[in-house]
Amino acid sequence: MSAVIYLDNNATTQVDPEVVAAILPYLTQYYGNPSSMHSFGGQVGKALKQARNQVASLLGAEESEIIFTSCGTEGNNTAIRAAIAAQPDRKHLITTQVEHACVLNLFKQLEKQGYTVTYLSVNRKGQLDLMELEAAITGSTALVSTMYANNETGTVFPVEQAGAIAKEYGATFHVDAVQVAGKLPLNMKTSTIDLMTISGHKLHAPKGVGALFVRRGFRFRPLLVGGHQERGRRAGTENVAGIVGLGKAAELAQLHLADVATEKKLRDRLEKGLLAISDTELNGDRKNRLPNTTNIGFKYIEGEAILLSLDQYGICASSGSACTSGSLEPSHVLRAMGLPYTILHGSIRFSLSRNTTESDIDLVLEVMPGIVERLRALSPFNNDQAEWLQDREEAVVGAR
Amino acid sequence: MWDYTEKVLDLFYNPKNQGAIEDPSEAGVAVVFGEVGSIACGDALRLHLKIEVEADRILDARFQTFGCTSAIASSSALTEIIKGITLDEALNVSNRDIANYLGGLPEEKMHCSVMGQEALEAAIYKYRGIEVEHHEEDDGALICSCFGVSENRIRRVVIENNLTTVEQVTSYVKAGGGCSSCAAEIEDLIAAVQQEKALTATRVAAEIATAQAQNRPLTTVQKISLIQTALQEVRPMLLADGGDVELYDIEGDVVKVVLKGACGSCESSTATLKNAIEVRLRERVLPNLVVEAVA
Repeated sequence: MSAVIYLDNNATTQVDPEVVAAILPYLTQYYGNPSSMHSFGGQVGKALKQARNQVASLLGAEESEIIFTSCGTEGNNTAIRAAIAAQPDRKHLITTQVEHACVLNLFKQLEKQGYTVTYLSVNRKGQLDLMELEAAITGSTALVSTMYANNETGTVFPVEQAGAIAKEYGATFHVDAVQVAGKLPLNMKTSTIDLMTISGHKLHAPKGVGALFVRRGFRFRPLLVGGHQERGRRAGTENVAGIVGLGKAAELAQLHLADVATEKKLRDRLEKGLLAISDTELNGDRKNRLPNTTNIGFKYIEGEAILLSLDQYGICASSGSACTSGSLEPSHVLRAMGLPYTILHGSIRFSLSRNTTESDIDLVLEVMPGIVERLRALSPFNNDQAEWLQDREEAVVGAR
Repeated sequence: MWDYTEKVLDLFYNPKNQGAIEDPSEAGVAVVFGEVGSIACGDALRLHLKIEVEADRILDARFQTFGCTSAIASSSALTEIIKGITLDEALNVSNRDIANYLGGLPEEKMHCSVMGQEALEAAIYKYRGIEVEHHEEDDGALICSCFGVSENRIRRVVIENNLTTVEQVTSYVKAGGGCSSCAAEIEDLIAAVQQEKALTATRVAAEIATAQAQNRPLTTVQKISLIQTALQEVRPMLLADGGDVELYDIEGDVVKVVLKGACGSCESSTATLKNAIEVRLRERVLPNLVVEAVA
């Protein structure tokens, strides 16, 4: 296999070499516990403080508003549970149909515990309708929780407007910004967001570290209780090396925000080339979208077969098809968008990073037409009018 | 990423027998196709057969598949397996034969091999003029409405593959893989099949005991039952060495078996046949049995 062409950065990113360099001393030399009273631990505590400042700076927040977590899942779970605890008399919650599993599955659990949850729909572009939010929210709503941008399509939601609506009704507003941090500028000082989750490994820090923004003054109840770490808001000895890495990654992300335009240019060139292949469609909101993401449906062929074919050339991407996971159902995001099955199963997400090069894009554009052609030659479906396709699709859809 | 065998990857990257078979208008030759799956379900197969009418034999087989790596590889494997055999022999091809040809499939992908078996049946039934709508598989209650899977289809896959859990059934025919509301029904069905199997085994054992007590010769069914039980005892040893054995047929006291995997190509397969299998069958079934391997 040739060198890896990594276009799956919404799944995870390469740890930046500068981040690795920042982490190493905290795995070797400075191994003290930041909670210890001796100076050996104290110097580690200073490193945590620096990392907190670096993360706060990326988010446009105060140092005291940052809690370190182990990942996006922990951040989201903590935020949602904290919001519920803050207003125990309110039993209505609002989220969207296209959230990450760590949010959707928690809401399903909460439904079983007596909460009513409204799952907002999305349109064909994967975009929210704020009118639907306004129609759903009431004085009993404890929380509105939404992604900032969707991981599969890159569609960016109008979070500030959604937050303003939540404020009108006194509801907490939580945002899962895992895909956004480092890709779009953030400023919590002027934001309507109360709680916001980020994850380190999506912005060139290692896996196993994340952060939660908690607006000053928010009545926060911790998920993990125990020691006094994180000012009692998240017990457990800190993952110092990971946190130092996240801090450095946040600093670098801020520096690289200006480079996002280059990333977007590469993404647009890739997208244009792929959409030139016949029977392809863009999935997502072309206008309000992350600069690094494109999701393209290749009609009449299946995603895993495309991914494995790309893998032959060392190209890493991602698919919303059922066959790429243990599940038998294709992506809940693409289904919520109402995409036809002809597109749904053959949708591929390419997500770039600041490491993506022109030659990476060249290779994808060079090999993809051949892959699509080969798989379409194997497929019994070749156009939307195929009689068998129509009959079977109706038959099965009707049975659902 | 799924852990695929080299054979799966080879047939995915270099599929054999892809495409359709045009009606050749040759005398004595018929062309038919069978199709299963749907684009909604995420996999579909159209299997084309070219049949020598007089001999009732498959001259050529080709496929068109919409699906993942294992669906494409399974389809290609199926066409290789069935070329040259009679339609009756083809009806005995199981999804397990397809999976074995591929050196195995991840369990979650076994439904791809089942799809191959079903398309083959659909094609043969169509050729023989049997209405697919009235096929036994489509009878019975609909258990999984998400994927449109009937009771009989689940029953069959459970029996043929000796499945014991709902998760396995889901991997083989997708039933239960959507909303999961049918999981309890599938569980009941598995329990019912296991119970029927146990009752049958008890009944056959009682019949054999009676026959032996009365010095009556065993019936063929009784012989098969005992042979299958004895072979199950031998299989773990063979499987440990990368091989396997399967009962092919019996003719009088001659037991024909198929040696698979490493056993099929092993230089000491004759020793395996005589020392491991024949000795065991003579102990367990009848002292005069002779075991032969078929290719």
